[in-house]
Formats: sequence, C-alpha cells, structure tokens
Amino acid sequence: MIRFDQVHKRYPNGREALAGVSFEIESGKLAFLTGHSGAGKSSILKLIALIERPTRGQVIVNNRNVAGIKPRGIAQFRRQIGVVFQDHKLLHDRPVMDNVALPLIIAGTPKREIDKRVRAALDQVGLLGKEKSRPLELSTGEQQRVGIARAVVARPALLIADEPTGNLDPDLAREVMQLFKRFSEVGVTVVVATHDVHLIESFDATRIVLSEGRIVGGAAA
Amino acid sequence: MNIGIYFSRHAQVLVGSLGRLARQPLASFMTMAVIGIALALPLLLNVFLQNARMASGNLNDAFDLSVYLDKKADAGRAQALAKQLRLRGDVAAVHVISADEALREFRESSGFGKALDTLRDNPLPDTLVVTPTLDAGTPQGTESLRAAIAAMPGVQIVQLDTDWIKRLQAILDVIRHAVMLTGALLAVGVVLIVSNTIRLDILNRRAEIEVMKLVGASDGFTRRPFLYSGLWYGLGGGFLAIVLVTVGTLFLEQPVARLALLYGSGFRLEGLSSVSMLEVLAAAAALAWAGSWLAVRRHIRAIEPA
Repeated sequence: MIRFDQVHKRYPNGREALAGVSFEIESGKLAFLTGHSGAGKSSILKLIALIERPTRGQVIVNNRNVAGIKPRGIAQFRRQIGVVFQDHKLLHDRPVMDNVALPLIIAGTPKREIDKRVRAALDQVGLLGKEKSRPLELSTGEQQRVGIARAVVARPALLIADEPTGNLDPDLAREVMQLFKRFSEVGVTVVVATHDVHLIESFDATRIVLSEGRIVGGAAA
Repeated sequence: MNIGIYFSRHAQVLVGSLGRLARQPLASFMTMAVIGIALALPLLLNVFLQNARMASGNLNDAFDLSVYLDKKADAGRAQALAKQLRLRGDVAAVHVISADEALREFRESSGFGKALDTLRDNPLPDTLVVTPTLDAGTPQGTESLRAAIAAMPGVQIVQLDTDWIKRLQAILDVIRHAVMLTGALLAVGVVLIVSNTIRLDILNRRAEIEVMKLVGASDGFTRRPFLYSGLWYGLGGGFLAIVLVTVGTLFLEQPVARLALLYGSGFRLEGLSSVSMLEVLAAAAALAWAGSWLAVRRHIRAIEPA
C-alpha cells in the first residue's frame, strides 16, 4: 500500500527532514509514526499526500510511484486519500454538513448521495444530528471528529492523520484512536503520526519510530 | 461526472458566489459602482457623439446649392437647366429665381431701392436653388453634383458652402477617436479593478483554498467561485453603467431640445437602445471575467498547502 525506499527530504532552507527512510505499510493496516517533534513524522505524511516531493528515493502510494504524478494529477491523486489535521482545518463559515460534504462535492457526487454519505460518516464518528451546527459551536473533540468524518466520507483506501489527538484530553484522544482502529478493521489503511507513545501502547498496530529523519525502531503488527 | 450534475454544480457555484457578494453589500456595491462609472463615461460620450453625427447629418440634408447663370445666357436658359436638373437622380428639387424676381426681392429687403433705380441693367443673374436628394446629401455627393452642374453650359458659379460641415465632421471624427481611446483605457481599468478585487478575495480565503486543495479540489474547481464573482461584478457594473447613461441622457434631454429648437430643428437626444444595453452588459461581463481570470490564474496556483 505504502512503500518508502531510501527516501531523503531536504527542504529549501537546507534542513534535512528525512535521511534515507525505508518502510512498508501493508494494505488495511493501522500504522503509527512516532518520535519527537522534528523527527520527520509530518514530512512522511506530506510525501504521502504529495504536499511535498522526495528529494531522493522512491515513494509508492496505492501501487503508484508518486514521482510519476504531474501537478495536474495531484488533485485526483489526493481524492484517494483522507487527511486529518491536528488543527482540524474546518471551514468556520459553513455548517458541519458542508464541511463533511466537501470531498464529495469536489468529486461531483449527486446531491442525494451526498446527504446519505455525510450522515453515514457523521454516524461513524458519533456526531449524527450535528449537521447544521457551525464548527465553532462544537467542542474541540467534536471538531476533530468532524475532520475525521470529512476524511472518510469519500471512502478513501488510505487515511492519514497528523497528531490528531494533539489538542485532546486523554479520554477523547483514546476515543479518536479507537475510531482509527475501527477504520483499519474495515480495510482502510490508516497512518497516524503521534508523539503520544503511552496512548498507542495498547493498540495492535505497526509502529515506526523516527529520530532526526531516520528510523530508529519499530514493530510490525 | 454526468452533464446534469456538471451544470447543477455550476449553477450552485454561480448562485453561491452571488450570495457571497450579497453578504458584503457595501463592498460589492463599491466595486460595481467603480466599474459602472468607468463604463458610463465613454458610453455617455458615445451617446452624444452618435447624436451629434445624426444632427450634423440632418443639417447636411437641408443643404442647398445656389447656381448662378451667366448674364449672357438667354432668357429660357434657366427653365431649360431646371428641367434638365430635375431629371437627375441626385436632385430632389429645383427652384428657379429669375433675375427680375431676385432684383425685386433685393429691392424690398435691402433698402437700396433708390440706388438700384439708377442702375441701367439688372446686375443680378438668373439663379437656381438646387436641393440634393437625401442619398446625395453627403459631402461627396453634393461635391460631385456641384461639379456636374458647374460643367453645364450657361452656368457661371455654383456656390456650395460645405466647408463648415466638413470641418464639423472632422471634429466629430477627432472626438470619436478620443472616445475610443478613453473607452479602451477605461476597459483596461475595469479589468485591473476586478483583477485586484478578486486577488484580495483570494488572499482572504487562503485557508479555505488550502483545505479545498488538500481534499482533492482541482485548480479549476477552486477557481470557479472567484470567476463567477467576477462575472457578477461585471454584470452589476454594466447595469449601473446603463442606469447612469440613462439618467445622464434624461438630464440633458431638455437643454438639448431647447438648443435644437433655437436652430429650428425638432431634434431629440436618443439614449441607449435595448440592443446597446445588452451589448454593454455583455462587454462588462466579459471585461470582468477577464479581470478575475487574470487574478485566479496567478494567485490560485500560488496557494499550495504546506
């Protein structure tokens, strides 16, 4: 599903974020990327979502070498990936319904189908009935779950999340992680970057531990 | 994506972008007003120019040629010439003033009666007043008619004072070019105004554009609401321009009618026709679309999620 092969990433400012990273995450697995901030977790997620391109090495996502994807093809490529952000990145001037529906609107899904699937996604994250609320009327945990609903509403084969529990208290954080676990159980490949090693201890998942742009430990599920 | 969905999406974005403008009524109105004023100025000038051309055309039609016959020509010559001229396709009417009639008229109107009595002979020639047809009433037409009459036997002088009409038309031509230049400059102005407005709009919604791109929106999808905003600015501006021109024409209608009356003309100022109004709307929309296109092409591409 995802394969990194001797991937280097150096940013224009000269910082070397990744120095020869190789790993593979199988389809339908839950994987945690851990390490201190600046270890390279976010860089890996950005390379997967084609927000950044590798300086060297190969990145294979959904059996495609991302090097072969031209700028015009990036939008189409990202539609196969659901992304969850630490700061949710919701549109505050629109109700929950519109926020979650965004990927479907972009993909040109018929209106009737959109209503059905948004409701299903909100149901999965336990927010059914909040369609008309504005994001700022919700708690942080609820906002994060709206973000997750948006990421899964188009039923992507791959879900990536960057510090999705960073702003949540431990109970909410555990709930969110369990949500990701459930998605992986129904066949979605889930990659979560987190610095919270205690939280993920109890999860049966692939682990990749990073430090200063290198893999320093890990375990297959 | 099937065609029906495609169109309904476009319609949604079209209405959505109008709604967005309506949520900031003052700012949107200001932009439209700037476009409207920029377009109204050359339009108003053009309306006057068209009217002036029409008015000068009327003057030209009313212009007659005075044909003075040779004093040595015999008495029947004037009638014979008149008959001949009436057969021409470019002559509408010929009025014959015999030398005797002319003298009588002159005696009555000039007050030189006594002095004229001392003259042995009538110094005035027979005269024909020739009115060209409407079609021949152009400067070229009257000029060729003049040349033709001058070549006829027994004709001494053909007087044709079209110089001032030529000058007037030359002036109108200069004004026409000035209007075109002004129009072109202000059209560029409209493109830049809309471009800048849309640019600011894009920068204000930067976060939103980033999110859209992250969840897989193409550049085309992201651009659409901005292009439609531009379209609305253009249509709004075009509409205001039409209102301004109409109000301007009404405002000047009375003074122009009074002026025309002093010249003995029933001339009335004509405003924009409904076809011209549609053209104005279409042109305004096209200019604004071009402006927003300039902005989105540059700035939407530049926004990339990081």
